[in-house]
Amino acid sequence: MTKTYKIEVDCANCALKMEEAAKSTAGVANATVSFMTQKMKVEFAEGADVDSVMKDVVKACKKVEDDCEIYL
Amino acid sequence: MTKKQKKVLYRIIVSAVLLIMLHFLPISGWVSFALYMVPYLIIGCDILKKACKGIRNKEVFDENFLMAVATVGAILLGDYVEGTAVMLFYQIGELFQSYAVGKSRKNITSLMDIRPDYANVEKENGELEQVDPDEVAIGTVIVVKPGEKLPIDGNVVEGSSTLNTSALTGESLPREVSVGDAVISGCVNLTGLIKVETTKEFGESTVSKILDLVENSSMKKSRSENFISKFARYYTPAVCYSALVLAILPPILNLLMGNPANVGEWVTRALTFLVISCPCALVISIPLSFFGGIGGASSQGILIKGSNYLETLASTETVVFDKTGTLTKGVFQVVKIVTDMSQEELLKLAAHAESYSTHPISKSVVEAYGKEIITGEVGDIQEISGHGVKAMCFGKEVAAGNDKLMKSMGLTPPEAVEDGTVVYVAVDGSYAGCIIIADTLKSESEGAMKVLKRAGVRKLVMLTGDKKSVAEKIAGQLGIDMVKSELLPADKVTEVESLLEQKKKGKALAFVGDGINDAPVLSRADIGIAMGAMGSDAAIEAADIVLMDDNPEKIALAIKISRKCMGIVYQNIVFALGVKAICLILGAIGIANMWLAIFADVGVMVLAVLNAIRCLYIKKD
Repeated sequence: MTKTYKIEVDCANCALKMEEAAKSTAGVANATVSFMTQKMKVEFAEGADVDSVMKDVVKACKKVEDDCEIYL
Repeated sequence: MTKKQKKVLYRIIVSAVLLIMLHFLPISGWVSFALYMVPYLIIGCDILKKACKGIRNKEVFDENFLMAVATVGAILLGDYVEGTAVMLFYQIGELFQSYAVGKSRKNITSLMDIRPDYANVEKENGELEQVDPDEVAIGTVIVVKPGEKLPIDGNVVEGSSTLNTSALTGESLPREVSVGDAVISGCVNLTGLIKVETTKEFGESTVSKILDLVENSSMKKSRSENFISKFARYYTPAVCYSALVLAILPPILNLLMGNPANVGEWVTRALTFLVISCPCALVISIPLSFFGGIGGASSQGILIKGSNYLETLASTETVVFDKTGTLTKGVFQVVKIVTDMSQEELLKLAAHAESYSTHPISKSVVEAYGKEIITGEVGDIQEISGHGVKAMCFGKEVAAGNDKLMKSMGLTPPEAVEDGTVVYVAVDGSYAGCIIIADTLKSESEGAMKVLKRAGVRKLVMLTGDKKSVAEKIAGQLGIDMVKSELLPADKVTEVESLLEQKKKGKALAFVGDGINDAPVLSRADIGIAMGAMGSDAAIEAADIVLMDDNPEKIALAIKISRKCMGIVYQNIVFALGVKAICLILGAIGIANMWLAIFADVGVMVLAVLNAIRCLYIKKD
């Protein structure tokens, strides 16, 4: 399953870091962040609980880039 | 400016004013340090905080860390002004960057923004109510006034008007619509009020699909973008370690050789080195260039589904076309009438005889006649399956059909020389003439082939299920290099596969089709281009690039856009890396100071961003 979230991030490098962080979160099969459209597309692993996985994704992203926002 | 940006702007102004005032105060020692700390902390507090957080989160090597180390280093060396000024200029640069990037992002997205804001729904008392298009159910009648955007796909049930399709196709060719016509969302109603019964939900309408496609295009990243992401991952730590070496090694060597260690000088150089190194220019300008290219293309009615396709398109060497619907109109029209009587008369009789038939050939004959069919004059109709029609028209016995029909009547019509489908007509039992029906070439096809060749495409190939003679004639007319005819849909895949094997490495093959029955070929080619997507969902799904109108000339334009975009991407990579490399060397040998370092960071980035914006502008010729 794939879902798209609106995000807010200031710099392109930070967007890259968020992408990396989201990708390595458990329960995420793949993730892409588009700095241009300020969107994050998350592909969830099979059987993953979307809500709890997204909580982890937000945590992981905040860790690499304090200034980011993900609108769930 | 956003709230965040404004806050930074105020901080910049306050600390700049303080810094200038302090410069004129006769202070020294600890007082001076304490006073300079005020503007430094005002401007740099968030950077220092982020740097600390970064260290705590084991994400040490980011630009905040670089700036914190560089400025704290300068302050520890007693250079309060420089430490504060560097932080100040860094913030100005960051602000300028975020403003420029935000602005260009808005420019591009507004170019692609064809989202309708509301739909007019008629209430029971006849008043109009504006509602969110999302809430309109299938089958609702919506009212579209002149000047408004059509929010949802549907059929016209009342009124007639002219629609401007330029938001979808990039061409402002007006389209006439009246009751019964299907209309698609995204068009602008120009002249009259129309009522439309919706056939789709907003989310399934053309305009939503296109928006979705374009907005997600930056998710499919190109090789260049992936290269930069990987590069950035190794680059920052590498620079940090180099700076460390630069700060430690030379003083130690100096000591070993008996010279003064000169620690301060080398630490300053190392700090300068750190400031220069920020990879932002690269990281931002590459996706921005692609985004600009995709945005510019979409304003021309060319939808590109991802940066990766833009990249591949730039290296297109072979373009393979499907014939019907791509190079030709895909509509059968009367092209010639051969007869001894008046052509008008023959067509009139044939059209009346065929007027009750639903066969596509019959329909094109009736359409070519163009005048009203007088139904009272047609009688005694006999449809002979696989042969044609016999009927009494205007008191005459008319037979229209293929050669089998003629033979069954004991007539031997002359062999037709023209290509196409032939309808023979016999009147009162004797042969009267024939009508030739064929698919016609699009008026732009010939020009399109020339522009493609000029754009550097080496090989033009046409695949068709049509007869060899027809295919070769068209190929000759258009200047196509290679023709494969009489192919079944499955053969097209095999043909494309063998062409894929023949092409040079690193070059791409594009297949252009109308998306109706060539989905497998579209996905097999390096780049699948679907044409005439106005209203065809299949085309939007199957292809990598979608041309919103039927114009094959847009293929060359798309290739040109992609080449320009890739050119800018390479310019930016070379320019940003080049300037950084030079500045890093200058910094290491002590020629570059902090000011040059700031330029190498912010200046290069702004120039790269401005260059990237050029992708947005497309020259048509």
